[in-house]
Amino acid sequence: MELLIDGLKKAIEMILSGDQEVYAITWLTLKVCLISILISTLIGLPFGIFLGLTRFKGRRILLLFINIGMGLPPVVAGLWITMLLWRSGPLGDLSLLYSPTAIVMAQILVSLPIVTSLTCTAFQQISDKMLLQIKALGATKFQTFIILIKQLKIAILAAIMAGFGRVIAEVGAAMMVGGNILGDTRILTTTIVMEVSKGNFDIALALSFILLSVALLITAALTFLQQRKRIS
Amino acid sequence: MNPLIQLKNITFKAQNKTILDIPEFQINAGEFLGIMGPNGAGKSTLLKVVSFLEQQTSGEILYLGQVIPIGNAPIELRRKFSIALQQSLLLDGTVFHNIAIGLTLRKISKAVINEKVEYWMELFGISHLAKKNALYLSGGEAQRVNLARAMIVEPEILFLDEPFSALDFPTKIKLMEDFKGIIETAQTTAVYVSHDLMEINYLTNRLAIIVNGEVKQSGPTPRVLEHPNSSTSSFLNEWKKFYPLAR
Ligand SMILES: Nc1ncnc2c1ncn2[C@@H]1O[C@H](COP(=O)(O)OP(=O)(O)O)[C@@H](O)[C@H]1O
Ligand SMILES: [Mg+2]
Repeated sequence: MELLIDGLKKAIEMILSGDQEVYAITWLTLKVCLISILISTLIGLPFGIFLGLTRFKGRRILLLFINIGMGLPPVVAGLWITMLLWRSGPLGDLSLLYSPTAIVMAQILVSLPIVTSLTCTAFQQISDKMLLQIKALGATKFQTFIILIKQLKIAILAAIMAGFGRVIAEVGAAMMVGGNILGDTRILTTTIVMEVSKGNFDIALALSFILLSVALLITAALTFLQQRKRIS
Repeated sequence: MNPLIQLKNITFKAQNKTILDIPEFQINAGEFLGIMGPNGAGKSTLLKVVSFLEQQTSGEILYLGQVIPIGNAPIELRRKFSIALQQSLLLDGTVFHNIAIGLTLRKISKAVINEKVEYWMELFGISHLAKKNALYLSGGEAQRVNLARAMIVEPEILFLDEPFSALDFPTKIKLMEDFKGIIETAQTTAVYVSHDLMEINYLTNRLAIIVNGEVKQSGPTPRVLEHPNSSTSSFLNEWKKFYPLAR
């Protein structure tokens, strides 16, 4: 209990004292996670909508893989990205391994299936009759897409939040593909792991509070968007 | 006769089953056409095909004498029609927003939209609901919103698929009365699908009876109802047992 309170105190101290290193790490964490979830949303949302509204051969198999992907262990994702970016690997020439870009790639790999699958589930519940009615109202394909996104705003934001939760909590992949290099790829989760292994529980705890605050802030913003004025 | 829409040798097949087989059929300007028949006869399918929402398997549909290629009705053509179904299928949003949507999709100016929504809400007696969420309305209110939403675009043809059949009797007759007056004033051509003889008798002036995907009889509503032919009598006479005709 005392340790917890000490950790909290230390966290506040770190924030107030303007500890440059902590700021840099927090900022990188935020940047990497937001970029990852943004890209996952940009891909996963249209893809999920497509999967939810259409029926084609192989769709169920595809969905099965995406659903399995939701539980993809981050270290596995990290390993795959490492192999992809390894000097002699397919994308080795880009020398992206141990860069923030590599972390973003790994985080997309673990969050994209979540955003896609949850979006698909939401859109699958739109009845054929509703789609027909929207078409009959005079909507073009694009207008239908916009109407549906607005109608399913709550479910879509839930999908994004779930993906974000995965991304911000993730450490195994970031460690493996980022390498926890100070000033370059060190993010909050990897720092926490490092500090714990060094026995610096107070610093680790302090960082964990900062991590929680970041997650809380983003999730609160998304929840606010999600739950905004619902007329009765 | 002045046909808006003509069907020629239309068939609709699904899973190797012929659901519609209609050599000839037309919708005339200004008429209130009823389409009646037992459940599963193909009424809803016909409505979707003639309103270009679903494509026929074979045959031609002509709009003002011009053949519209199968499955390729331009959006401008589709936007001349409205459809209201049994379920009101309203969107999550205010009643105002729901009624306005057809105009919003057609990129009509805000000022015009406001004016027209006010007008149609007034006609359907739902002005007091403007700011309510459309998902929390009673069945009768929701159906009024649905009809106002369909009428606001001033469709050349209004298609209706059993719009009143989910309503309780008193709600139904009140709405039917209001609706009939509104359609007559607006002089909208309407196509009304129902399996209910009372509704058909009250609303329509021409009637087509469809059984097993085929139009078995058509003509002025009173004549068809009074003189069923050999293919339609079993269906119509069942109804007439419970609903003695009086117009
Ligand atoms: N897409 C479809 N696939 C298979 N069967 C269909 C399809 N659409 C309609 N049907 C069948 O066609 C018949 C007519 O349906 P419908 O037009 O809804 O009849 P009604 O509106 O007169 O009750 C029914 O037997 C229905 O099951
Ligand atoms: Mg039907």
